Amino acid sequence: MADTPKPAEIAKIDHYPSPFEKGWMNKQVEIKPGVYCYASKPKNLEYVGMPYPREWNPADEDWKLPENWKEIIEEGFKDRLDKYRSFKLFMDICVRCGACADKCHFFIGSGDPKNMPVQRAELLRSVYRKNHTIGGKILGPFAGARELTEDVLKEWWYYLYQCTECRRCSVFCPYGIDTAEITIIGRELTNLLGLNIDWIAAPVANCYRTGNHLGIQPHAYKDMMDFFTDEIEDITGIRMEQDFNRKGAEILFITPSGDVFADPGTFTCMGYMMLFHYLKEQGLDITWSTYASEGGNFGFFTSHEMAKRLNAKMYAEAKRLGVKWILGGECGHMWRVLNQYMDTFNGPPDSLEEPVSPITGTKFENAKTTKMVHLVEFTADLMKHNKLKLDPSRNDHLKVTFHDSCNTARGMGFLEEPRYVIKNVCNNFYEMPPETIRELTFCCGSGSGLNAGENMELRMRGGLPRANAVKHVHEKHGVNMLSCICAIDRAVLTSLMEYWVPEVEVTGVHEMVANALVFDGEKKRTTDLRGEPLPGMEDEEDV
Amino acid sequence: MNFVLSILFSSFAVIVVVLIPWIGVGAFDLRILFGIIIPYAAMLTFFVGIVVRVIDWSRSPVPFRIPTTAGQEWSFPWIKSNPIDNPKGTGGVVIRMIFEVLTFRSLFRNTRLEYRRVDGVPKIDYEWEKWLWVAALVFHYSFLVIFLRHFRFFTEPVPGFVTLLQNLDGFMQMGAAPFNGFGLPGVYLTDMLLMAAVTWLLLRRILYSQIRYVSLPADYFPLLLIIALGFSGMLMRYLFRVDVTAVKELAIGLFKFSPVSPEGIGVIFYIHLFILCVLIAYFPFSKLMHLAGIFLSPTRNLSNNSRFVRHVNPWNYPVQTHTYDEYEDEFRDKMIEAGLPVEKEAESTVETEEKE
Ligand code: SF4
Ligand code: SF4
Repeated sequence: MADTPKPAEIAKIDHYPSPFEKGWMNKQVEIKPGVYCYASKPKNLEYVGMPYPREWNPADEDWKLPENWKEIIEEGFKDRLDKYRSFKLFMDICVRCGACADKCHFFIGSGDPKNMPVQRAELLRSVYRKNHTIGGKILGPFAGARELTEDVLKEWWYYLYQCTECRRCSVFCPYGIDTAEITIIGRELTNLLGLNIDWIAAPVANCYRTGNHLGIQPHAYKDMMDFFTDEIEDITGIRMEQDFNRKGAEILFITPSGDVFADPGTFTCMGYMMLFHYLKEQGLDITWSTYASEGGNFGFFTSHEMAKRLNAKMYAEAKRLGVKWILGGECGHMWRVLNQYMDTFNGPPDSLEEPVSPITGTKFENAKTTKMVHLVEFTADLMKHNKLKLDPSRNDHLKVTFHDSCNTARGMGFLEEPRYVIKNVCNNFYEMPPETIRELTFCCGSGSGLNAGENMELRMRGGLPRANAVKHVHEKHGVNMLSCICAIDRAVLTSLMEYWVPEVEVTGVHEMVANALVFDGEKKRTTDLRGEPLPGMEDEEDV
Repeated sequence: MNFVLSILFSSFAVIVVVLIPWIGVGAFDLRILFGIIIPYAAMLTFFVGIVVRVIDWSRSPVPFRIPTTAGQEWSFPWIKSNPIDNPKGTGGVVIRMIFEVLTFRSLFRNTRLEYRRVDGVPKIDYEWEKWLWVAALVFHYSFLVIFLRHFRFFTEPVPGFVTLLQNLDGFMQMGAAPFNGFGLPGVYLTDMLLMAAVTWLLLRRILYSQIRYVSLPADYFPLLLIIALGFSGMLMRYLFRVDVTAVKELAIGLFKFSPVSPEGIGVIFYIHLFILCVLIAYFPFSKLMHLAGIFLSPTRNLSNNSRFVRHVNPWNYPVQTHTYDEYEDEFRDKMIEAGLPVEKEAESTVETEEKE
């Protein structure tokens, strides 16, 4: 693993390519440590039946490509042009106006001109022109066309795994060209040759087998939850047992497994547990599943097909358990898949019903066909109906800002609900500057499966615009807590903050909800879920 | 290819485009070819080309509903949604598209990255930058007005709105332009605006290093071609007057499908006409197709309703999954031990007992 350079070193970024460059087609790609992720291990590809599993190394000259690799790619390319209007159109209509150029966090953080969204897409478009347009066939480079060679393939790979599919570029494009879509399809192409990264391939294989990315087996999952139950009991004095794989429950709850295993997501998970326990008396009948124990979907970073294969578990499990509808935890790309793909992929089984909140009676009309409700909207509805007794002052030690996850922002439009919930449970909330939030939000820099360790430099660079905005509110308002509704965010923003704004910590929204939630018969709370003293309790013995 | 080469190549192409009719009509008097045959061929290429391209695009389905949501979705009645940037249904989509097509709404969002380091610490700002939007808007609308103004050459009688447009367009400079009183016609505002906008669009490609980096000959060529088109048109209007009656005779003939080739039209007209022909014939094969493409863009023309209205993928196919039974078979013992409910308890117990 390459040593990550210091912030001051990384900050030296030049965004202005020299006029004397030879032209981007003439520059061979240089695959840099700290930027690229390790290659997929053969066993992970084998497990899910992906083609060409083998040991290979991106840093090597020889990628051990199959003999007919070029045909495979060209055929795959053509196939996808016929299947996706988006892809075909986006290959044709870009005018290279450059509006998207400086909108990508990876370009902002690296200055590498091939990280400009338009240029990332041009890497593929140039080959498209060569093979599919008359001008490109005749005029070659004069029409911006080039032959697909091994070097070109490597360049594709290098830059496709430097795009987090965040869609920020597409907000600014006058034709809505979504480089994320091009990356998604480009990655599908690399997967035809077994060129995935292991940080994606391993979670996919795990998820297929054990039901979740982290490969947690059912008994370990249960163990972990038992541990949380003990923790919660320590803090509140109440034992908040959960149900697993219980048939006949009304609602199935699915959340990213990161919440169960990685701090600070674990505190968010405890938040869910406490909320469910709180609502039990009011009639909430909910179960967790160890089989569908993953909300996230790293298949989505591999191919549409793999996304569908992994996603299928949710409805299958809902059917097996006989639940009426599904509730989904705080996660980013999970919700992009649930919103824009799930129903089309797998369609819900007939046994599911249109979701209705058992507590408030609210019909979730916006989830009519998917039958899956976002926990944050569920909670927002509870708050709107005054169903929760809350003491927001318990979060008074926090000065909170909110990071919109790319996927829930630009692939769903889930902007107000989390803010509503946060404002109900804490008194100090400050927004980051407008051009860095909501639909213009900046990526954490580690999404779409790029949250590995070996590419830390890339991650810190890609996260720089987000960190810069947090730093701004930290300096201006003293913000010390960055909240989010995404499991990857909870993990990666923590490293990002340590690197750029070490004074700021990261939390999920339901962790703050649980802190504020007042239970009947609970013992006097002296600490928050992290074991830190609550405001005014600094001297309590219990700490 | 670096940008100098790109510009040289495109300029060379445009010079050739100008020279062809110059020589063709000037030296060889090929008026029928340049006045009738080529314009018809170009128009045919233009219309057929666009239709073929659009059909070709529409043949690829839209398997998933992937609008870019740029605002709050529709959810609870008490949460204000943004029906334009995150449309719930067709109505919102139509409005969103109208805004995109007529006002370039997305381009209006543009900002400029301002990256500084203060004592080694990065400071990032996003500055006001609407010039691209302004130039694009001015360019497209001036082009439209100029195009409509040209109707006076191929309609008889001239429709009222054309005359009105012409008067409005010529109105602004009355008394201000230095040419007045020298026997020259009034200057059209849109001529000036178009040339200014196109020049800016060209200059920014050369001056802004990021855009220079991504620009191809295919970006310089249409700009230079449009500059040549505008320039030849203005030369014709302000310097080398041509016989307007003859031009009109030719134009009306073309549109009535009874082409004639009148005498006495200056070669500059044929140059102007040929550039236009090249531009429209080039159109369907180039990035200029964005004109039609925007209407088909799935990130803009779909509503964000896939949670409450099923979107069907025409090529959806069954995939292999890892079923619950397979899962339980692998983990049954561990599940039982951990007290998790299982489907096939008995069998497994027997197995375990046997093992023991
Ligand atoms: S904003 Fe759109 S049209 Fe402009 S360069 Fe980017 S992708 Fe191309
Ligand atoms: S989707 Fe995001 S990461 Fe990818 S090119 Fe666009 S802005 Fe950059």
